[in-house]
Amino acid sequence: MNKIEPSFRPGGKLAKLESVYDGMETFLFTPNTTSRLGVHIHDGNDLKRTMITVVVALIPALLFGMYNIGYQHYLAIGQPASWLTMWIYGLLAMLPVIVVSYGVGLGIEFISAQIHHKEIQEGFLVTGILIPLIVPINTPLWMTAVATAFAVIFAKEIFGGTGMNIFNVALITRAFLFFAYPSRMSGDEPFVKLDSAFGMGGGTVVDGFSGATPLGQVATTVGDNLSMTNIVGEPISTMDAFIGLIPGSPGETSMIAILLGAALLLLTGIASWRIMCSVFVGGLGMAALAHALPSATYPASMLDPVTQLCLGGFAFGAVFMATDPVTGARTKVGQYIYGLLIGVFAVLIRVYNSGYPEGMMLAILLMNAFAPLIDHCVVSFNIKRRARRAADKVKEG
Amino acid sequence: MSTVRLKKGFDIHLLGEINGQEVAFSAPAKSVAVVPDDFHGVIPRMEKKEGEHVAAGEPLYHDKNYEAIKVVAPVSGTVTEVRRGERRHIDAIVIAPEGNDTVTIDVKGDAMQVLCASGLWAMLRQRPYDVVPVPGVRPRDVFVTAFDSAPLAPDLDVVLGDKRQYIAKGVEVLNKLTDGKVYISIREGQSINAPGAEVNTFVGPHPAGNAGVQAANLAPVGKGDVIWTLDIVTLARIGELFTTGKVSHDTVVAVNGEMVQEPRYVKTVMGADLGTLLKNNLTDVNASRIISGNVLTGVKVEPDGWLRAPYRHITVIPENNKPDEFMGWASINPKRFSIYRTFTTWLGGLKKPVSMDSRIKGGERAIVRTGEYDAMLPMDIYGEFLIKAIISGDIDKMEQLGIYEIAPEDFALAEFADTSKLELQHIVRMGLDKLRAEMS
Repeated sequence: MNKIEPSFRPGGKLAKLESVYDGMETFLFTPNTTSRLGVHIHDGNDLKRTMITVVVALIPALLFGMYNIGYQHYLAIGQPASWLTMWIYGLLAMLPVIVVSYGVGLGIEFISAQIHHKEIQEGFLVTGILIPLIVPINTPLWMTAVATAFAVIFAKEIFGGTGMNIFNVALITRAFLFFAYPSRMSGDEPFVKLDSAFGMGGGTVVDGFSGATPLGQVATTVGDNLSMTNIVGEPISTMDAFIGLIPGSPGETSMIAILLGAALLLLTGIASWRIMCSVFVGGLGMAALAHALPSATYPASMLDPVTQLCLGGFAFGAVFMATDPVTGARTKVGQYIYGLLIGVFAVLIRVYNSGYPEGMMLAILLMNAFAPLIDHCVVSFNIKRRARRAADKVKEG
Repeated sequence: MSTVRLKKGFDIHLLGEINGQEVAFSAPAKSVAVVPDDFHGVIPRMEKKEGEHVAAGEPLYHDKNYEAIKVVAPVSGTVTEVRRGERRHIDAIVIAPEGNDTVTIDVKGDAMQVLCASGLWAMLRQRPYDVVPVPGVRPRDVFVTAFDSAPLAPDLDVVLGDKRQYIAKGVEVLNKLTDGKVYISIREGQSINAPGAEVNTFVGPHPAGNAGVQAANLAPVGKGDVIWTLDIVTLARIGELFTTGKVSHDTVVAVNGEMVQEPRYVKTVMGADLGTLLKNNLTDVNASRIISGNVLTGVKVEPDGWLRAPYRHITVIPENNKPDEFMGWASINPKRFSIYRTFTTWLGGLKKPVSMDSRIKGGERAIVRTGEYDAMLPMDIYGEFLIKAIISGDIDKMEQLGIYEIAPEDFALAEFADTSKLELQHIVRMGLDKLRAEMS
């Protein structure tokens, strides 16, 4: 590594790749820089470690997501297959999405870092894996590429890069797809992959197939009789939703896998338990309220609260998206409020806005926008307390 | 008398602790230096030239704005060098010790004048701004810390030694200079005899020993308030001056850290050269970082440098003991110390002494993780928001968020723990200096 260094420094042949070189070097080796001023010892933790821990926390959801893609596929074509076959099918189906997500995102980050002569930062490590997990599997790769590019440039780089963005970058990707190509993002098509992946799988779809997600089915229910089925018409229970063998975006279906990730995030202290818990509390509360006042006009109000939270992207959003420290509230009190409102709004949108069967994405993006305001109010109390203390003293004196 | 319990903060346990309380005597210093940077806020105007003789306690220079504030020679001898750096900034004033003549000060006059002339005034600090106090301004209160909670810090009771007898006199003098109270903060198990002072006990991890943290939990500094902070050793020196008419520049120093062969307390003089002080006591000079002070707030000094005036502590740690560590961020080595549970250190407990070198172990980033600063700062302050206000130069916000209450040292632990590796103490110092320039 040291041998090839000179060609990357200004004046060298490859000076245009200086940021890339630095990025690779700090990735492979802990920097040898020692402290110049200030404290002489530093904690071993850095942002790379923090980001990697989040990626590790996402692995259960990723692995299960792959398996579920295969499971849904073979269910849809009515062929028996071993779990390994299903998983490999899912792996092959997801691999291109992961490659496109990282390729496009990191490419833009590398170029941007070089333009600004800055070190490449690790923010996209997490975003790059979140995107394949929340984008429906049948989304054309070019759409994913366009959406990722849009999100990285307009939601992150123009704000100043890692740590400066106002909105969660992965969610902006999803929102871009959702609003730019609405027909490809909901209904029957997007969530179950039916064609073959690299020559694997494929076949004739069985009769009575419907690829709609449970939430999609709920939204289109007419009358008082709420029933959810899997893609071949068999009824599904809350337990199925908890385990995750239902159609949906790859990462979001399994509560179990998500809770495993949540456990790691909470244990390592990376995610704020205040946010995570209050999202669930807010969601449960709002769902219970809606369930207490069921109405056929709003079919989702007939779902019981626990099922409500097990379906769709609620849990995934609560664990991995709402807890993004950069875009969330930063004060302790603010985090409770922020989380609670995300939970409430997510269910509110789901139940009372028939246009959007899933509300989590919009709820988090909405609260991202309000997080600085919440913090501002919390900090103002501290400021007022200090001002009052000064004023009291003047009175006494 | 009350007990204040602090939960926030963290005690870092490093290798190289001192066993026992014995004090060794150092050989006489070969050279002694005064470093003007140690007296922040004083702009030096030299009174002595190179080659001139000084007595112990005789002024070397005074402040440009307040001529009364003197910084004095700790020993008698000849001024051999006034070392200047960029833009004629005085880096150090070096004295070759010789003889034993000491200045005696008439202590009957105005206490403030006496303190200024004796050089002890320059060892006090005021808040706001964490600078040498402005003469003529009566502080609201005076805060004295009787213990040092920093990593490997010396036991100030050992440093005090027989100077303990002067504490009561010191309190008496300070009481004359303030309309408020003199607060002395001790740690659990410590006892102190100080009539006229309010003694409070602090329980909790570092930075509980910082005078500023103690002040924030007893009587916070508001806009327009001025308080003084000092430690118990300086208080005893003040008492001694007003009892004997002389300032003692002797000091006991803790010499410890991983690279020290035999960690111990050493009696020497302020400003003593490290060559003498550390002779034959380091395992490997070239692989060491010598710090005058503790690992959090101290200053890096060269092996031919000097003990800096505000510190009673020399820490020596490895400079970089793992060059080119491969993928350190992915390490599962339990020895890679982190207070966070993203590493596995915590499984073995965080109270075992650890080896730490001076690497930063990461690149500088924007603030990403939340609550890191607040967890290390036991004050009613939103650290992160204050730091952001300072970085953006928003003076109103800095004031509102309580910059008057803090000194750079209060953010030292947060700087250690910061995942984003920002130089917080430097940022706070910039903010305080900017505000001070703006207000004067």
